[in-house]
Amino acid sequence: MFSLERWLEVFEAISKNKLRTFLTGFSVATGILILVLLLGIGEGMKNGVEEQFQRDAANQISVYTGVTGVEYKGLNPGRRIQFKNNDYDLLVENFGDELEYKSSVYRIWTGLTSYKDKSGSYRLEGVLPNYQFLERAGMIKGRFINEEDQTNSTKNVVIGKKVRDELFEDKDPLGKLIEIRDINFKVVGVFQDPGGDREESKVFMAISTMQKVFGAGQDIRNLSFTLPQEESFDVALEKSNQLINRLEAMLKSKHTVSPLDNSAINISNSIENSKRFYDLTANIKLFFWLIGLASLLAGIIGVSNIMLIIVKERTKEIGIRKALGAEPMSIVGMVLHESIFVTAVSGFMGLIVGLVLLEFVGPMINTEFISNPEVSFNIAISTVIVLVIAGALAGFFPAWRGAKIKPINALREE
Amino acid sequence: MIEIKDLHKSYKIGKNSLHVLKGINFSVEEGELVSIMGSSGSGKSTLLNILGMLDEADLGTYHLDGVEIKNLTEKIAANYRNKFLGFIFQSFNLINYKSALDNVALPLYYQNINRKERMERAMSYLEKVGLADWAKHLPNELSGGQKQRVAIARALASQPKVILADELTGALDSTTSYEIMHLIQEINDEGKTILVVTHEKDIAQMTKRIVNLKDGVIIDDRKIEQVKALANV
Repeated sequence: MFSLERWLEVFEAISKNKLRTFLTGFSVATGILILVLLLGIGEGMKNGVEEQFQRDAANQISVYTGVTGVEYKGLNPGRRIQFKNNDYDLLVENFGDELEYKSSVYRIWTGLTSYKDKSGSYRLEGVLPNYQFLERAGMIKGRFINEEDQTNSTKNVVIGKKVRDELFEDKDPLGKLIEIRDINFKVVGVFQDPGGDREESKVFMAISTMQKVFGAGQDIRNLSFTLPQEESFDVALEKSNQLINRLEAMLKSKHTVSPLDNSAINISNSIENSKRFYDLTANIKLFFWLIGLASLLAGIIGVSNIMLIIVKERTKEIGIRKALGAEPMSIVGMVLHESIFVTAVSGFMGLIVGLVLLEFVGPMINTEFISNPEVSFNIAISTVIVLVIAGALAGFFPAWRGAKIKPINALREE
Repeated sequence: MIEIKDLHKSYKIGKNSLHVLKGINFSVEEGELVSIMGSSGSGKSTLLNILGMLDEADLGTYHLDGVEIKNLTEKIAANYRNKFLGFIFQSFNLINYKSALDNVALPLYYQNINRKERMERAMSYLEKVGLADWAKHLPNELSGGQKQRVAIARALASQPKVILADELTGALDSTTSYEIMHLIQEINDEGKTILVVTHEKDIAQMTKRIVNLKDGVIIDDRKIEQVKALANV
């Protein structure tokens, strides 16, 4: 089948029929190229949308305390549960590996804050450095609270954009001292928040600072954390529910709360909000799979058409060869050998051009919804192989029929 | 060399059956140069196609060089054609993207002869038909007479037992036709058995025997005094 003589014969046919070879190769190559680009752009769109909606993907969970509702182990209902720092330590110790970002929070709802002659009342929150990502606070200036602030309980604060506008107007607040409840703090950063004014009229400091300065001891108002993004919504839902159940049981036993109590320990899970995001990415994936399949199908049909035409065009040649003593299988073999060779070579050329385009032009495309278009090499290779096999199959039947035509009829063909 | 007994062939055209050959008895000895004549529809091409194993008879026997030709699979027919027969067609039937030399060498490819020997043998046959200088030319760069010479060289290349020629001068002017017939006569004189289908009387006169076909039966079969083609050129 793969004798040198056959190869020579095929190469002769290819090189002497340049136009036919070129047209076949060109259409196969462009077909593959378009397919690769489509797959790449599809992937890029998925990436882009994921970036756009990343914050919605975050499955944020908050745990806060309330008053016990049922009697338990001789303790009366109506008892207030208070989280301490060791509750946060418990969380980190037991679930740290499963969490993405985590922070404990202490909150004072109103804190009179002033700079020179301007003043306002803002919410004060003592947090850990991770909280920036939980809140998705974007830094306009300076930095967020960091580990050093937490360790040394520094009197550094990060203020919201609205706080800056009201206290500093258009002056630079960095390094300035502001007075909160008559204590001086240094502004180290300004943040903005997609939540708008309400979220931007806050002042953050390290939770250790807050506990010391405002006499909160070891108290914590709530625990906040996120879980990493999962393959699908169902997986994310299952993981978060499972984690919540374990955490709730652990906290209830620590604080001697009845397992049946549903008011002492409250856990709010924002996962339902992320369902939209998961649905969206799943739909985009599906959409581009369909487009990919459709273009693959179009490619297969195109290649099949070319094969039919080639065999038709060669009918007379087939007749001549048969009259000279060619066996039917040698005719089929010759036609397929040539067509597989041409489609494979041009298919890979189209593939390479497509990959090069995606590699070098891809990163330049960075519109809102397309980011880093790319295609998995394996998928690309498989599409080429599928096309070549499809082309071979599509070529086989007409070639077989061509080989079956009585030579006398084939020779009459003009 | 060729032995045919009571050969019948009919074609189905729609619901009607067209009886083309109605019992042909006919034999050819080695070294003969026979012309089969007849008007169109007489069955002469059908007979040639059956002789050439391009078509199969319904009834009757056909022996070629002592081998009975029947129940041919495509594969066996291909082998027999390659081994026993050389074809010359009215429309030359050269492969247009192959040079004269490659065309002549093609039957040898199907005899699994290696490339070097193929080319040497093809070249010697091209020399024989006087086209050695045209070996590298494509068919469309050759005149009709030259194309037919290439086709003759190709028919000879596989060293067949019998050469079958179907209206081999049909597409040529008379001078060229006679030149071609001269070549055919030369080849025949070397001992090759040749059958020529033609409807041209002057061409038939240049063979050694004329078989006349009419309505599917042989009405006349006689040896004649051969007219040398060279005299007419």
